[in-house]
Amino acid sequence: MHPAPSVIIFSSLSGAGFGLLFFLGFGFPTVTGWVAFVFYLIAYALAVGGLMSALFHLGNKKNAVKSYSQWRTSWLSREAWCAVAALLVMGLHAALQVFFGTTVAPLGWIGAILSLATVFTTSMIYAQLKTIPRWNQPATPAFFLAASLAGGALLSGNVDAALILMVVLGAITAWHWIKGDRRFAEAGSTIETATRLQGRVSLWEKPHTGENYLTHEMVYQIGRKHAAKLRVIALALMVVIPVAVLLIFGPHHMPAIVAVLSHLAGVLVQRWLFFAEAEHVVGLYYGAHGAKRAG
Amino acid sequence: MTALPSHTDKKLGLVIDLDTCVGCHACVTACKGWNTQNYGAPLSDQDPYGKPSGTFLNRIHSFQSQPETGLARTTHFPKSCLHCDDAPCVTVCPTGASYKRVEDGIVLVNEDACMGCGLCAWACPYGAREMDQAAGVMKKCTLCVDRIYNENLPEEDREPACVRTCPAGARHFGDLGDPTSAVSLLVADRGGVDLMPEQGTRPVNQYLPPRPRDTIADVMTGDEDILAPFLAPVAEDPKGFLGWLDRALEKL
Repeated sequence: MHPAPSVIIFSSLSGAGFGLLFFLGFGFPTVTGWVAFVFYLIAYALAVGGLMSALFHLGNKKNAVKSYSQWRTSWLSREAWCAVAALLVMGLHAALQVFFGTTVAPLGWIGAILSLATVFTTSMIYAQLKTIPRWNQPATPAFFLAASLAGGALLSGNVDAALILMVVLGAITAWHWIKGDRRFAEAGSTIETATRLQGRVSLWEKPHTGENYLTHEMVYQIGRKHAAKLRVIALALMVVIPVAVLLIFGPHHMPAIVAVLSHLAGVLVQRWLFFAEAEHVVGLYYGAHGAKRAG
Repeated sequence: MTALPSHTDKKLGLVIDLDTCVGCHACVTACKGWNTQNYGAPLSDQDPYGKPSGTFLNRIHSFQSQPETGLARTTHFPKSCLHCDDAPCVTVCPTGASYKRVEDGIVLVNEDACMGCGLCAWACPYGAREMDQAAGVMKKCTLCVDRIYNENLPEEDREPACVRTCPAGARHFGDLGDPTSAVSLLVADRGGVDLMPEQGTRPVNQYLPPRPRDTIADVMTGDEDILAPFLAPVAEDPKGFLGWLDRALEKL
């Protein structure tokens, strides 16, 4: 799949932003006044900034408001509802904490659960797609949620939780990669099932000499040769370096900033790989995924 | 709503004969011609004199298939929207722009509601949906819904443009929900198949596999080839001047 920068930035940043809102909602830490203002500013900048970035991905932005209509069937519509609900509830919670010094705990809990639900609905947009077997597995929502919680714990200064969650995130990411490498063969789509022709089938001639929307968007091949190196880089930046920095230097400001930046950079690399490595079955009609034969 | 109908009264669709298709791309041109001038946003092209690309609702791929024994064969393979019963492109749509009609099963996009997120194109295993790069909305085969019910057209033209134009008669249009229709009988007779059945989309469009080859053996391999005796090597072991030349060249 084509790794569109807008979508990668959206899912990485807003994931961390909603993760931070999750911890603030449950009162880890309970903050008021100026401290609360700074925390919520960071959380909203990440969450809303990410959502705005996703809006740039649309071909016909004026109809974006219609995406609230199909929550019964569409995960993308559910995501839109969850995001707005989470931002409104947490906005009220934040306003009470910042301006009135009052913490209404149940309001925060509802906002926290809605924040995490937003991340879950985002992940299900990808995990529901049978056409992209690498995404169509339980590890996909698991790693979106783990990344969001780990980022949120880091940003909210819950160092012990962050250390555990980052290790969990590393394990889930490895699980997603190992399982993901087998998913295409497991799904069973081959050039033979795509064409239903007998014998060993190969593409003889493409429908056209140039590229098209489908080959740009879904038959993206660049970068796969560096996939193994990028996986190591992603794990190092996302888990190993932040964990090491926090364990060696302790929970002080400078090490924490290094850990947060390294972690977010690692999540971006991991999210880039999530797209660049994903194989869409339509590639079979364009002669791609030849090495992914079942059996 | 983008919920799928529990059933449709009719299942209008295409039957594509892979035995007959000659790969001329006339259906591609007819499709683009009709659909760029009629319903919805035109099908744009980008950079036509440089690195051309453009929106098409119907494309012809060509595949080579190599059987266990004998020669490989080429199959031209037209592909457009299959108007699936379990269309995954419909249920993922967040705006309600994608829908499947209850009355005839045609899957359509309401361009006035489409926000161009592209998720339906991701959900389709067949590559049947393409986002128009000029209009920013999703385009797909409409089964020429603006032809098949169009009483302003002569009756013989009330079928999809691709079917009407096919010079080989490789494309058939009809109601696949009616077991007595001509297309349903054709599918039963020729053993029509679903594409990618493992994806669980239950496509309406059916593909008729190429018929088996006849029994004449491949050139140069069998007794039935009338030219074979003339093509056999004349002298296995050359004698005389040629024999001397052959041996001399071997020694060099």
